[in-house]
Amino acid sequence: MFSAREYVKVNSLEEAWELNQKRANVIAGGMMWLKMGNGQKGTIIDLSGLGLDQIEESEEEFSVGCMCTLRQIELDPGLEREFGGVFRESVRHIVGVQFRNGATVGGSVYGRYGFSDVLTCLLALDTYVELYKGGRIPLGEFARMPYTRDVVVKIIVKKDKRQAAYASQRNTKTDFPVIACAVSRKADSWRIAVGARPEKAEYICLDGTGKTAEELAREAAACFSYGSNLRGSAEYRAHLAEVYIRRLAKELGKEA
Amino acid sequence: MEINLILNGKKIKAQIRPDELLLDFVRAQGCWSVKRGCETANCGLCTVWLDGKPVLSCSTLAARADGRTVTTLEGVAAEAEAFGSYLAEEGAEQCGFCSPGLIMNVLAMERELSNPSEEEIKEYLAGNLCRCTGYMGQLRAIRNYLNRKGGETNGENR
Repeated sequence: MFSAREYVKVNSLEEAWELNQKRANVIAGGMMWLKMGNGQKGTIIDLSGLGLDQIEESEEEFSVGCMCTLRQIELDPGLEREFGGVFRESVRHIVGVQFRNGATVGGSVYGRYGFSDVLTCLLALDTYVELYKGGRIPLGEFARMPYTRDVVVKIIVKKDKRQAAYASQRNTKTDFPVIACAVSRKADSWRIAVGARPEKAEYICLDGTGKTAEELAREAAACFSYGSNLRGSAEYRAHLAEVYIRRLAKELGKEA
Repeated sequence: MEINLILNGKKIKAQIRPDELLLDFVRAQGCWSVKRGCETANCGLCTVWLDGKPVLSCSTLAARADGRTVTTLEGVAAEAEAFGSYLAEEGAEQCGFCSPGLIMNVLAMERELSNPSEEEIKEYLAGNLCRCTGYMGQLRAIRNYLNRKGGETNGENR
């Protein structure tokens, strides 16, 4: 656990941004991962007083505040209705309910962790990140950006009639995934995200016209790079990715 | 820094360090039921309720509890004792170190889910590790406890 000199519950995003410009300071989300680090921090910046713990729905999109917990996106009836349980499936294996009541969506997205189920799931949807200074940018672009001192304010998920499904494999329950796959389709336009490769999640878009689920999965899985670690080898991950993409494509109605 | 909160029904005003964990804070307040386990947010031993929701006090700053309500096992002693008797009946604890965290999460589950299925129970309690019992006794105890008023857990939450 790190130590810190000060704790500030900010009154505005501007205050948060200004404090966050100092490298020693840190914005605390759920702190699940942050607390694993050692060292001395300057000021812990707390956004919990800014009302960013709400999921708002409009006709075009869902706006998920950065301080929403993983449990909130797991249980939100609007997200469940619109995306057919993909959020629930993506987070329900993450440790336990207590953990998911603490871990925040903003922290998961900002961290761009290799093991992130949340990032993998969101990448398969038409998702944007709203940064305080940087404005709204596509999540895929944000995921590739270097870490900056901007503040993640909201995650925007477009309601574009996309169907989505998610699957992950773990060596033991509640562990980090060996592989995480999220697939979405809009007509025969497919968006496929693979995370825990073990590098952070990336996504590709494919036209599924004239392809079977097997062909689509083979082509998609070959687009990603895979690495080895204690949880599994690169070859194993590549094999798993193809299998899960195929299963998810079938789940979404792609013919075998 | 100063925080004000309600701990187990009592208004508390306290001075804390900026980096003080809720786990250390509640133990300093005499809530010894809250155990320090893995400290990596995995085992569930340190479970407390923050505004009624189960959270891991080893990963929550005490400062986050300012203006909120914290409940530990000491705050739900009667219910905890009632469920504890079901654990004892099934021989479902050995060292007992994980029991406070488990009990807090079972009581939270009882409030959140009506008639959970076995799968829902396992999923809800996946973050409560026990290295003695192998979980089967705990699951029997939980089922018996939830069914104590008649009826059967059937998973109507889905």
